[in-house]
Amino acid sequence: MNEDMSKYPLRLEGSDKPMVRFMNVTKSYGDLVVLDSLDLDVAEGEMVTVIGPSGSGKTTVLRMLMTLETINGGVIYVDGEPLTHMEKNGVLVPADAKHMRRMRANIGMCFQHFNLFPHMTAIENCMEAPVHVLGLTRKEARERGLELLALVGLEEKVDEHPARLSGGQQQRVAIARALAMRPKVLLFDEVTSALDPEVIGEVTNVIRKLVSEHNLTMLMVTHQMGFAREISDRICLFYRGQIEEQGTPDELFGNPQRERTQQFLRAVTEAM
Amino acid sequence: MFDWRWDFVWEILPRLIWATGNTLIAALLGYGIAMVLGLVFALAQRTPSRILTMVVRELVEFIRSTPLVLQIFFIFYVGPQFGIRLSPWVSGMAAIGLHYAAYLSEVYRGGIEAVPRGQWEAATALNLSTARTYFRVIIPQALPTALAGMGNYLVGIFKDTPMLSVIGVAELMHTANAIGSESYRFLEPFTLVGVIFLAISLPTAWLIRVFERRVRRSLGMN
Repeated sequence: MNEDMSKYPLRLEGSDKPMVRFMNVTKSYGDLVVLDSLDLDVAEGEMVTVIGPSGSGKTTVLRMLMTLETINGGVIYVDGEPLTHMEKNGVLVPADAKHMRRMRANIGMCFQHFNLFPHMTAIENCMEAPVHVLGLTRKEARERGLELLALVGLEEKVDEHPARLSGGQQQRVAIARALAMRPKVLLFDEVTSALDPEVIGEVTNVIRKLVSEHNLTMLMVTHQMGFAREISDRICLFYRGQIEEQGTPDELFGNPQRERTQQFLRAVTEAM
Repeated sequence: MFDWRWDFVWEILPRLIWATGNTLIAALLGYGIAMVLGLVFALAQRTPSRILTMVVRELVEFIRSTPLVLQIFFIFYVGPQFGIRLSPWVSGMAAIGLHYAAYLSEVYRGGIEAVPRGQWEAATALNLSTARTYFRVIIPQALPTALAGMGNYLVGIFKDTPMLSVIGVAELMHTANAIGSESYRFLEPFTLVGVIFLAISLPTAWLIRVFERRVRRSLGMN
């Protein structure tokens, strides 16, 4: 795609510098357009939740930000710097692996299926990247890992392999593992969807704690409307690759303006 | 008719046991080469370079589709025409190592592909380098899947070492054949060769299974 890149700033500065900015971002697989000219800002310290019917592109938003998917058009900025692109002779060109690797350090992600490394214990899962990516000593990484496992309430399970932990415990290890990299932005991709109902609370409590006690910027995809309403600063409803409506939880849930929003909210509340 | 001579058995046994040593060295050396080269073949097929991937895949297919004994002959007899003069041992190890590397690369590939995509994604999300991702995350998880196939090919390479006798490597088969030609008695030497192969193959196969279980357990994958 030969897009005119001159309309995109090389970096964002001053008052117009959100933690994350999607600018005119398009993603398609062949003819299927998943995201269509998406514009989305997330401010520093903000918790934004993305909801919407399946296939609306909400998970893709997180995966692009984590660089697990490439984009077909537009630019994503993180902390003012382009993530998907880099500057070369005064214009933005697609980022090379080195640039991507440097920028990726700002972002952490928790997955629906945890994706813990099964051959490592909980603490080893938390130490692997801090030691080998950030260059911490094993002692420092262990201390940081222990602190975070305590934060998620798993100080007793430090030396267990994932196979011996419940789903809720595994997801909490995964949150600790992501936090150990000290990301500026943390992404939660349907982190409670694979859990048994009785353990969902363990995970949502940890996220609640992160929101109230830490100034992390968070972007979450979830199907749990009650939790989203309680915890988010802003909610975006996606429909067919675009933001159909966004607002504070009270605005969106209490007084939805668009018909599609009303339909979607009616459908999910009936299902509960 | 059935003329089995125990005294002849005792007479030739030391020579055969000595030759068994050569057979084992050939098998282990060949397997060592195959394990390393196989990993190179497997990883080369996963680089972003399409050309490299295609060349290596065709090479692997070519090696797998032609007989080992032909490859041995080629390296030993045709090599000198291109100025590559190798001793029987070196030719034999090169041929058998290359041949089994092609098979092992497929075993590795299967193991690597069996690792869930989420593991790659977690490694990316944690910003691990490609090398670290392979050697610390992917290969340890590919190993339990690959071990069964790797064990089969260890026994396979051991049983294929008699093919080295065609270029004069003094392994077990070659020695038994020599004994037969000298004494005109083939029953005892060839029977002993069979017994020795069996006596090594069976326990090896059993040990591989034990090892496989142990690896699974040590990786916390039971």
